[in-house]
Amino acid sequence: MTTATQGTPTEGTATGLPRLLPRHGQQPEDWYAHVARVGRLPYRDAPGRLISDLQAAGLTGRGGAAFPVHRKLAAVLEAAQARRRPPVVIANGAESEPASDKDATLLWLAPHLVLDGLQLAAEAVGAEQAILYTHADRRNDVGRRLRQAIAQRQAVAVDRVPVELAEAPPRFLAGQETALVNHLAGGPAIPTFTPPRITERGLAGAPTLVQNVETLAHLALIARRGPRWFRQVGTEAEPGSMLCTIRRSDGVPRITEVPLGVPLRALLAGPGEQGLREGAVLIGGYHGTWVPAAEAAKLTLDNHGLRRAGARVGAGILITLPQDRCGLVETALVVRYLALESAGQCGPCLNGLPRIAAALAELAGARPRRGTRANVERWAGLVTGRGACHHPDGAARFVRSALTTFAAELGRHERGRCGATDTTPFLPVPHDPARTEQDWI
Amino acid sequence: MSEKLLVNPIECEGHGACAELLPEMITLDEWGYPVVDGRPLPAALERDARAAVSACPTLALRLVRC
Amino acid sequence: MLENVSGINSSTALWYASRATGVVALLLLTAVVLLGLLVTRQGRLPGLPRFAVTGLHRNISLLAVAFVAVHVLTAVADTYVHIPLTAAVVPLASEYERLWIGLGAVSLDITIALIVTSLLRRHLSRRLWRAVHLLAYASWPVAWLHSITSSADMRHGWMFLLAVACALLVVVAVGWRQSAASRDVPRAERVGLLMAAVHGRDRASRR
Repeated sequence: MTTATQGTPTEGTATGLPRLLPRHGQQPEDWYAHVARVGRLPYRDAPGRLISDLQAAGLTGRGGAAFPVHRKLAAVLEAAQARRRPPVVIANGAESEPASDKDATLLWLAPHLVLDGLQLAAEAVGAEQAILYTHADRRNDVGRRLRQAIAQRQAVAVDRVPVELAEAPPRFLAGQETALVNHLAGGPAIPTFTPPRITERGLAGAPTLVQNVETLAHLALIARRGPRWFRQVGTEAEPGSMLCTIRRSDGVPRITEVPLGVPLRALLAGPGEQGLREGAVLIGGYHGTWVPAAEAAKLTLDNHGLRRAGARVGAGILITLPQDRCGLVETALVVRYLALESAGQCGPCLNGLPRIAAALAELAGARPRRGTRANVERWAGLVTGRGACHHPDGAARFVRSALTTFAAELGRHERGRCGATDTTPFLPVPHDPARTEQDWI
Repeated sequence: MSEKLLVNPIECEGHGACAELLPEMITLDEWGYPVVDGRPLPAALERDARAAVSACPTLALRLVRC
Repeated sequence: MLENVSGINSSTALWYASRATGVVALLLLTAVVLLGLLVTRQGRLPGLPRFAVTGLHRNISLLAVAFVAVHVLTAVADTYVHIPLTAAVVPLASEYERLWIGLGAVSLDITIALIVTSLLRRHLSRRLWRAVHLLAYASWPVAWLHSITSSADMRHGWMFLLAVACALLVVVAVGWRQSAASRDVPRAERVGLLMAAVHGRDRASRR
């Protein structure tokens, strides 16, 4: 289990962090410990009231897209009222990014906060059905913990909407909104074409709200403490805190709750380390951006601050590549995985990603052919924006940033050399590709 | 009311009839899939655009309001 | 047989017109079905642009309906036997030869539904359009049965051969379409196949 660090330099009682995870030790909270820590579930007793608080708080999604939560809830509520159909609320804990562990950690340590948020979101949109969607393939039996938590809540009769547990297949796309709904409807976890948006027409045709589990946890606290409290940390434009999965040179993933706007150097340079100077940093996971360490040292963890580096906060994944590794080799291994995880539904993605992966493997090897780099750039442009989901776009962004950040390494490879001394893979990449339709269900 | 072309990439199988009928707005990439100009459709091309939408064997091409 | 009647009167002319347009309609509808099967496989007609397949399918179906209209009207106008106009679309409304005219009405009803839903495609859901269009698989055999049972002519000589040829073409084409579809790479296997192809080709060309 990943250790949740409570005492990194960025956290202190002055900032009121951590908020989501229990403060002392790593004990999973049961219902009573949860209530003792954060208080009772404050139902509003009418749909819609919570939404204005969420708007004032400025809470955005913590699943990667950072969409304003109040707008999503409002859209679902409006669709439900217009079509006179009760909506469905889904807590998305699929966390399909291999390098992310924060949702699994949150569900393990503080499941009741997520389940509170799920109830409050259901009340806010008038839902009668709630689903918690999680990834089975984790080191701890999160499913069993969650069933216990739900049973405890039933025993104290606190939930107003029954909660079903559902399991995501171990596919990179399983957490994508439309893929998630497709899977819950009995099909494979592959995206569907929008329009219509799932907020309008989703699971079984009902207006569907999908929110990341961390988002719901924040929501559960805002309902208790109010929007002003939420804004006590973070920036004006991007308020609040978020959970991050941080890997430094030792490769050990650490889950930390940080205020938005925190300088990256505070997160990535551990005590006793030199600080970020050489090497590269991956911001935002496998759909994110490689940035030279020296540049990353000047950045802050908010979308506004990261924009000039062409990066986004995403789901809070931050990885420092050790200097003895080859960034091109690491990138090639990841892109191979991304290509294999394509749903294979859309021509550009199906054709482009495997070719990009093969070309990157060549660039990561010795003496790549002359046209290969240009091919990668062209293909990255061809796949962007032409799929039913953003998988090809994210892969293209990741690839392009690698070609820029590791330009010097590309030059070395052209001359038959490589700057790396350690060839063991650093980035976590699963090795179990989907082979049949069953692997997507 | 201006319209634009939209292709459903899941239904699209790269048949290419659309690019034959509306080369001003649709070209084919190196794999045979349509690259669609997503800007508002000029009025003069509306007839050709409707022909392209009809000619798609998988009904992947659509005209939508924008 | 009407050749026993002396001279050509208007009734005979109408009857012959109805027969002739009926045969042509059957040929045209056969062509429509074959083209429709080609469309489902995104096939091409050699020498013609890609848009010709869907274009011909649609235009020939409209032409076929025009011939069916004349076929029906001439049969109704012929006073030798009494066939009410409603029998064209209401099965079993005709007292005369209820069954075979009824088959024709069923086939025509489905054909009208196919054409109307296709003309209104923009306003209908994909699923609805598809469900109706699948009825074409019922419409054509019913039309064929109507042709065979409607006249003794079609059961003898070259007209019989024509009817059999149409049936064979449709059966073979449907068989071809099904077998080609079963050989399609399943979605979940597509990317794995392509990965193997590009990585293998890459290594081979670099030796």
